[in-house]
Amino acid sequence: MAAVGGGRTVSSAFAPIRLWLLLPSWLTIGFFLLIPVLLMLVYSFLTKEFRGGVIWEFSLAAYDQFLFDRGLFGDDPPTIQWTYITIFARSIIQATIATIMCLLIGFPTAWYIATRPASSRAVWLFLVTVPYWVNLLIRTVSMKFLIRENGPMNEALLGAGILDAPLQLINTDFAVQLGLFYSYLPFMVLPIYAAVERYNFALSEAAADLYASHWKIMRSIVLPVVKPGIIAGCILVFVPSLGAFLAPDLLGGAKNFMIGSLIEEQFKGQAGNWPFGAAASMILLSMVLVVLFFYARSQAREQV
Amino acid sequence: MRTFDPRRYAGFFTITLACLFILYAPLVVVAVYSFNDSLSITRFEGVSLRWYQDVFFGLEAGKFRTAAWNSFTIAIMAATAATMIATAAAIGMVRGGNFKGKPASFALISMPIMVPEIVTAVATLIFFSAIGFSLGYVSILVAHIVFCIPFAYLPISARLQGIEATFEEAAQDLYASRWNAFRYVLAPSMAPGIMSGFLLAFIISLDDFIITNFVKGAGVETLPTAIFGAVKQGIKPDIMALSTLLLLFSILIVTLSYLIGRTGDAKNPE
Repeated sequence: MAAVGGGRTVSSAFAPIRLWLLLPSWLTIGFFLLIPVLLMLVYSFLTKEFRGGVIWEFSLAAYDQFLFDRGLFGDDPPTIQWTYITIFARSIIQATIATIMCLLIGFPTAWYIATRPASSRAVWLFLVTVPYWVNLLIRTVSMKFLIRENGPMNEALLGAGILDAPLQLINTDFAVQLGLFYSYLPFMVLPIYAAVERYNFALSEAAADLYASHWKIMRSIVLPVVKPGIIAGCILVFVPSLGAFLAPDLLGGAKNFMIGSLIEEQFKGQAGNWPFGAAASMILLSMVLVVLFFYARSQAREQV
Repeated sequence: MRTFDPRRYAGFFTITLACLFILYAPLVVVAVYSFNDSLSITRFEGVSLRWYQDVFFGLEAGKFRTAAWNSFTIAIMAATAATMIATAAAIGMVRGGNFKGKPASFALISMPIMVPEIVTAVATLIFFSAIGFSLGYVSILVAHIVFCIPFAYLPISARLQGIEATFEEAAQDLYASRWNAFRYVLAPSMAPGIMSGFLLAFIISLDDFIITNFVKGAGVETLPTAIFGAVKQGIKPDIMALSTLLLLFSILIVTLSYLIGRTGDAKNPE
């Protein structure tokens, strides 16, 4: 096991009362999150009760409904039900595009900040982190206000003569991608910044002495070294984007349904199908766990 | 001689400025339009404070006041409870020596960050309904305490890892009780970390929409759920004024946290 705190020996001044120190957190999270998640797994195998809730009777109906269409009365031969698979596929695509957008803007930003003199770095970092502390709902609403059809952005572009007709951004796939990008951009900048800050620029200088071009240095020397930061940033953006609710709901409209809205509708909206909502949540959670598992494994490999 | 700066890449500065522009433009625009003296949200027709007056004294002022009260009291209590639990956990993890369940313990403490918010929301709602816990103020508070713990834990344990263990060991060698070693030696040097942990938990609680929306039950609103409900009917100027107030409050807190972090670092250089 790795020693905590940069290779120093692990301090154990509080080891005798360790159990009492850890117990409150174990009990709180275990009782109010771990058990609920296990209960959710159980619920996904129960029978739905109309108008919310469940009947305690084993059933695979929730997962069946996810994959197959058996007609209105459930007695037609099953065909593949594309509705929900499409929603999950769309969520993966939207989250991927948002992650790429964050990387394209976030990497140069993180690089620029990390190469400032130490004194001004803190200020730049502060500027990038402030929006993260502002309420996500307010940020999403602000984005909606800005890009709406009669909004300030279209007014400005029309006024400046750049556009002839207002851009129809709201309720498009791009609006959702923009919203996700806007929500999680700081998550991309911070880990990449941390990686670039540790990068030894003597490596770049050595490569330049050997006549490597500027971009060749970036590709072959810098990127392999800062890769862990990039991967961490991508995961920090991709995972919350996948299950996001606010950006698709406020910016995407009904046509651009994502997993978050699908789940929400089972509990708060018209659908009222708790086992199906629990099953969809389980599928989302499994996808996230797979991503985190591969991440943890690649981390473990790096350290060997 | 060839001038070569390995730190410089053409265009990176422009992209950084674009990045900051994208981050701030929507917020600035909403703040500006909240001072708009017009019923229409499209045209800007002069500066006025009428929408701020509306937030505090208008038709919906009572609703906003109750929501703000719920939001702030829940955030303060949830952040306080989470910070106490997280401080104990951080000491147990960082100063508790090596033990067999350490990775599992860390996984459990960070579980609220790993699990997608909407999944936490679903699981919590199912759990409360299964045990017959009525939804309302208390259920929101409990859910907030749980997801605030890792956000408080991370800055506190990071701080603790930077503090040499020799101090509290010396105190114990001089027959200070474990409590006194914590109270007089460890706690003062941990204070900036504990404060940042508290502020982060406070903001995260104040910020939460999804989980609150699931476990709030009928009739109880926090600021985010009240704003969401209002925005569903269209963005009105009073909502922009309310949002601007909340925005300024968040910026105040983050500035506070930044300054605390800086004084903490100055006293304890790495």
